[in-house]
Amino acid sequence: MITYADACRVINESRGEAVSVSTMTQIKYWNAISQEPDLDISIGNAMSKASSVALGVALGDEDRTVFCLDSEGSLLMNFGTLATIAGMAPKNFYHFVFNNGIYAVTGGQPVPAPGVEYSKVAEACGYASAYRFDDIESLDSELPDILGSPGPVLIEIIVKAEPQGEGADQTWESNAAMPLQLRALRKRLTGTDDWGPGGPFI
Amino acid sequence: MYKALVDEPSITIVPVAREGEAIPVAAGLFIAGQNPIISIQNAGLYEAGDSLRGLALGIGLPLVMFIGYRGHNRKGDTPDSAAKFLEPYLHMWRVEHFVVESDDDLDRVPLAFDLAKKTNQPVAVAIGTEYAKVDSEAEGSEQE
Repeated sequence: MITYADACRVINESRGEAVSVSTMTQIKYWNAISQEPDLDISIGNAMSKASSVALGVALGDEDRTVFCLDSEGSLLMNFGTLATIAGMAPKNFYHFVFNNGIYAVTGGQPVPAPGVEYSKVAEACGYASAYRFDDIESLDSELPDILGSPGPVLIEIIVKAEPQGEGADQTWESNAAMPLQLRALRKRLTGTDDWGPGGPFI
Repeated sequence: MYKALVDEPSITIVPVAREGEAIPVAAGLFIAGQNPIISIQNAGLYEAGDSLRGLALGIGLPLVMFIGYRGHNRKGDTPDSAAKFLEPYLHMWRVEHFVVESDDDLDRVPLAFDLAKKTNQPVAVAIGTEYAKVDSEAEGSEQE
């Protein structure tokens, strides 16, 4: 069993200048250690779609490595994403799935089938490769080589559950931060600051 | 329409497994500097509700959404609820839209692109079934 903090630390050590698209509990831990906030986006305001956004970024900028810090609950809700990603086969796409067996942000209810092995599902869908880790030492030692192999790769990480006692971290503030993060990333990737305000938050 | 998109070399098709993926994929493509559109049916737009809320309206995404207006006709009543709800649904989200039913309506398409860019909001182009002779069941988002 791996902690969120350890998993994010190890991933961050191999990050380089990869774009990171995170969701759910991963957001808190990733944002706490990331040294490239302009390359981070936190999809806290669209259920289960972090992997779809990350796919779009990976297809739109094929020279840029893209990480998705997904979770098994989100993946279950958007399961078709595995086939969509496998179909497009972006070589620059690394799909981390934090598997804690529960819906942490809504209070810790169990997911419908706690025994699903997402790495096997990804392989069956046609990912280039897939891995499953439940100890930090193995993840730490193997991740650099994994990230040196072509995507799409799914890396399932069995993590220690951290159910939120006081409900979801879905505040008006975090919803308003997302459009600003997306604009900062577009500016970083394209070199132009041409996406003006729009929508309810900015 | 789908065949025309496939045959156009400057357009890359991204086939998606469900309509809810189309808007987030388009958002990612736009962030990376591409010019995406999406092409889905009205029933699929209902399926994509949370994506429309969070990743188009919520972020101010200038996205033209081509929506197959399944069931729509000019004869009045239709038994197809997918058609009955499309325009009320778009009004509910405050999404501006244009209806294209014949070649005479094609000048509305550039208006949709202009409006999306000017407002940083998604804009719908509803394609009437009389016009879409081949009612494609393909779903997908495309990038230029």
